[in-house]
Amino acid sequence: MSFWRSDERAYSGLAKLLHWLSALTVVGLFFLGLWMVELTYYDEWYRKGPDLHRSIGLSLALVTLLRILYRLTVSYPGPLASHPPLVVWGARVVHLMLYGLLLVLFVSGYLITTAKGDPIGFFGLFEIPSLISGIPNLEDRAGEVHEIAAFTLMGLAVLHALAALKHHVLDRDDTLRRMITRGKS
Amino acid sequence: MKKLIAGAMAASILSLAAQVQAADYAIDKKGAHAFVQFRVKHLGYSWLYGRFNDFDGEFTYDEKDPSKNKVKVEVKTESLDSNHAERDKHLRSADFLDTKKFPTATFVSTGYKPTGDNKAELTGNLTLHGVTKPITIAVEHIGAGKDPWGGYRAGFEGRATIKPDDFGIPISKKLGPASEEVELFLTVEGVRK
Repeated sequence: MSFWRSDERAYSGLAKLLHWLSALTVVGLFFLGLWMVELTYYDEWYRKGPDLHRSIGLSLALVTLLRILYRLTVSYPGPLASHPPLVVWGARVVHLMLYGLLLVLFVSGYLITTAKGDPIGFFGLFEIPSLISGIPNLEDRAGEVHEIAAFTLMGLAVLHALAALKHHVLDRDDTLRRMITRGKS
Repeated sequence: MKKLIAGAMAASILSLAAQVQAADYAIDKKGAHAFVQFRVKHLGYSWLYGRFNDFDGEFTYDEKDPSKNKVKVEVKTESLDSNHAERDKHLRSADFLDTKKFPTATFVSTGYKPTGDNKAELTGNLTLHGVTKPITIAVEHIGAGKDPWGGYRAGFEGRATIKPDDFGIPISKKLGPASEEVELFLTVEGVRK
């Protein structure tokens, strides 16, 4: 088992790293987003906040797309033998929704900035052009979707974390452990 | 024969009179021959221009007695457009126009006072951000007459300055004191109904 490739027995070092980095980034972007929209013209971070939010968001979008591709092509540890069918099903649904909501956030965020034809910048290095414009109030509708998806994602993330803790503390099984180390096997 | 001539003369005199009586006009929304625009200072360093793309209205125009002129315009505030998606989204938000809560702004005139030379003072009530206040618009009657497509049109242009703070929009707090006033530019051409 290499650092790069997971198999049925264990998550690779890369998979685990990307998981935790993503989690930190998602939480960070959420609170940055909440904070930055309260800033006024005369706050130092009025422009820096959204600039960072967009650029980090684009980075996360790329990483997440790679993670999804990875997950679709490489085998990885499945449910534990001790997981009852409801838990297996529940985990699958929540994980799917986590990925799905992330994609919704990436697309809606992109659409806000580019709704009138302006490109979206990446750390001042290059710009990604607008693809969809000319739809009245697209920025407003995309903004509403972005906000709702963000709060929903955070709610599910909390659920996801609590479930992991439940497995670790109450069931005392490998579920959380294997996302941190090699697990018992 | 005499009756026929008398009848024809009466009809033509009446139609002449119809042309110079008060008439109702619908703003040419379909042909977009009307514009609702504004400008506000950015930091005190430049003017920022924007417009509202979606509005409608009607007016009464009396060539003989302009004091009878009236106008009513309804603007869909969500149609604000300053050519910048993120700025427009912010301006529509609860920070400024709050277009979800106040989807329309209206102006209903209460008086038209000619001041000579096709100019006039148009007074009326502006309802913006849920607040109604009287404002005065300096109006110029540009022209009127037949169009090449069987209609009769009349056009006016007006300028007014408002303080959004008066309407509960905290613009000077949000954008600074240089942005306290917003100038409105209103141009309408109507087709006689």
